[in-house]
Amino acid sequence: MSVDQLTPERAAALPGPDWLCAQRAEAAERFSTAALPDTSLEEWRYSRVEQLDLAAYTVEGADHVAVPAPATALGESLGRSAGTIVLHNGRVASVTLEGHLSEKGVRFGLLADSAVAVGGLSGGTDPFGDLTLAQGPDPLLLAVPRGVAVEVPFHLIHVIDGEGSLVLPRLVIDAAENSELSLVEWATSGNVEALVVPRTEISVGNAARVRMVSVNAWGSATNQLAAVSATVGQEATLRMSHVALGGDYARSRFDCRLVGRGATGQLSALYLGDGDQMHDLRTFQTHEARDTTSELLFKGALDDRARAVYTGMIRVDHEGRGSNADQTNRVIKLSDEAWAESVPNLEINHNDVKCSHATAVGPIDEDQRFYLESRGVPPETAERLVVNGFFEEVLDTIAVPEVVAVVRPLIAAKLGAVGGGS
Amino acid sequence: MSELVISDLTAEVAGRPILTGVNLTVRSGEVHAIMGPNGSGKSTLSHVLMGRPGYTVTGGSMLLDGVELSTLAPYERAQAGLFLGMQYPTEVPGVSIQSVLRESLVAAGRMGDDLYATLSAEAARVGLDPALVGRSLNVDFSGGEKKRNETVQLALLRPKFAILDEIDSGLDVDALAQVSQRVEEATSEWGLGVIAVTHYNRLLEKLHADVVHIFAKGRILESGGPELATALEESGYAKWVEAAGGDEPAPVAADTDPFADPLGL
Repeated sequence: MSVDQLTPERAAALPGPDWLCAQRAEAAERFSTAALPDTSLEEWRYSRVEQLDLAAYTVEGADHVAVPAPATALGESLGRSAGTIVLHNGRVASVTLEGHLSEKGVRFGLLADSAVAVGGLSGGTDPFGDLTLAQGPDPLLLAVPRGVAVEVPFHLIHVIDGEGSLVLPRLVIDAAENSELSLVEWATSGNVEALVVPRTEISVGNAARVRMVSVNAWGSATNQLAAVSATVGQEATLRMSHVALGGDYARSRFDCRLVGRGATGQLSALYLGDGDQMHDLRTFQTHEARDTTSELLFKGALDDRARAVYTGMIRVDHEGRGSNADQTNRVIKLSDEAWAESVPNLEINHNDVKCSHATAVGPIDEDQRFYLESRGVPPETAERLVVNGFFEEVLDTIAVPEVVAVVRPLIAAKLGAVGGGS
Repeated sequence: MSELVISDLTAEVAGRPILTGVNLTVRSGEVHAIMGPNGSGKSTLSHVLMGRPGYTVTGGSMLLDGVELSTLAPYERAQAGLFLGMQYPTEVPGVSIQSVLRESLVAAGRMGDDLYATLSAEAARVGLDPALVGRSLNVDFSGGEKKRNETVQLALLRPKFAILDEIDSGLDVDALAQVSQRVEEATSEWGLGVIAVTHYNRLLEKLHADVVHIFAKGRILESGGPELATALEESGYAKWVEAAGGDEPAPVAADTDPFADPLGL
């Protein structure tokens, strides 16, 4: 099925309860009337959106869905899970959920199986998000009921091996009042050209705790246009980490709306680029209630001709009295041809707030390198130590610590390739 | 017996001559104090010996046991037995003292299996909290912790010669005593030769200098025994600076931290 067949009629034909059909219909309507974004829009400035040709991709059918071998290996390396879903080219290949959680009312499976309406728009949408809302064939739900704390992480594993596939994964996370959950989302693909448009909606209920780590380990020909939008309730905490390693053009947008008094949102990201790849990261920290706290720490390293853009907006509404917001993005350029842009923005509508932002793009620190070399450490080792050390601070903030041991070798391998020439 | 021989050494920074002909010979076990006013080029001498980028040798030689240091990269100078204890030790986030020393010792083929035990023992000797050896280098360290850390690294690497660039600045009495005593002990433990660059002779109360050099205008103007440091304490540098004639070479951005982090990392 090619993209020009992604009509409102097709969306309407997807199975599901009425509330889900209504969500799809609205999104389909918006998508059919909207123009695709271009780089004249601030949110898409410096992006490669204009080089993407939606018509070059097709949505795969469910005929060849199977659990691919990489998913099994990955599941094992990530360790114990409360439940695991494997998506193969965007279609559900397998679902598991621990029985005792199911009995407590925890849901981890198809969104269409939910009788009650969940998810929907909470800001941060664009035509691509609408495309996934409208046309995503197997939207998923992770829901934890009120007062239930699930300590073991859930796993969501994406594997893409279909050449030319357009993959539209939608995930709704619904953490009810005073509940707790954590999720590891891992995305990998073979050496295939594909376009993935993931759309994640997160609702963190009052006093709930949600931790999420997404890992982009895509193959080098996969493009990604991801959007995550979250609302965080009173005294609730959302901790969200992103590790971006793969992809050709990989975009992730994070919207974190702190809507309840005392809500906390922590975002962190680690991104590594080499060859001609580009990481495109956009963040929105929005303080809509009193005494809310947001912290953001992003760090990247780029080699060869790799590019990265980061734009971040901190907005404190009139209701945001007593809020604290912090935003830091730092990039090390390991080659003269690497390019990075970092644009922080502040919009403060209340006096009684504390906001800070820091941004820096530059080569590896010469003084740090010299200090280590003066102790007898050879230059290549010194550079590796400095760059690894630079990322330690972010690794410390990874919201699900079990992931760190699994991503470390990938980071080291990528940095090995990255640092090889110098 | 090792020997560090500096002859007619001249050097410049950003096209400006700073060292104007340094002659100095240090042998194993000797302690040489280099004392001079701000902007005299003392720190430049330290950086030139270690090969810091931006410092250009324009003439003369510096031989460590016959090997010309200026032909070696900084890490090779360190492996050859030279150590620079820095005035402003650089913060290196995410890199621990332990990992740096491990990489250095591995590169030198000298890695033993008791690094942590040795580190802890050396930390205790200079009053450095042993927990700090696993933390990021110099990050959130106090002034005293930074200088103690430099001393611990010196003790672990066991160089032939150590240049200590104002290791005493900013140290309280206890820290100064521990650091200078550790260095003094190293001169007999493995015959460490020391070039101690300092403003003040209080460093020399525990670290006993064999030779004191008055350094101004980019070179050594007078050398003598410990009594020279005492005379200096009383009279100041004016006598030597005037006798040498001409203008002082301007300090290289004396007020800015030469180790300032351009990235602000």
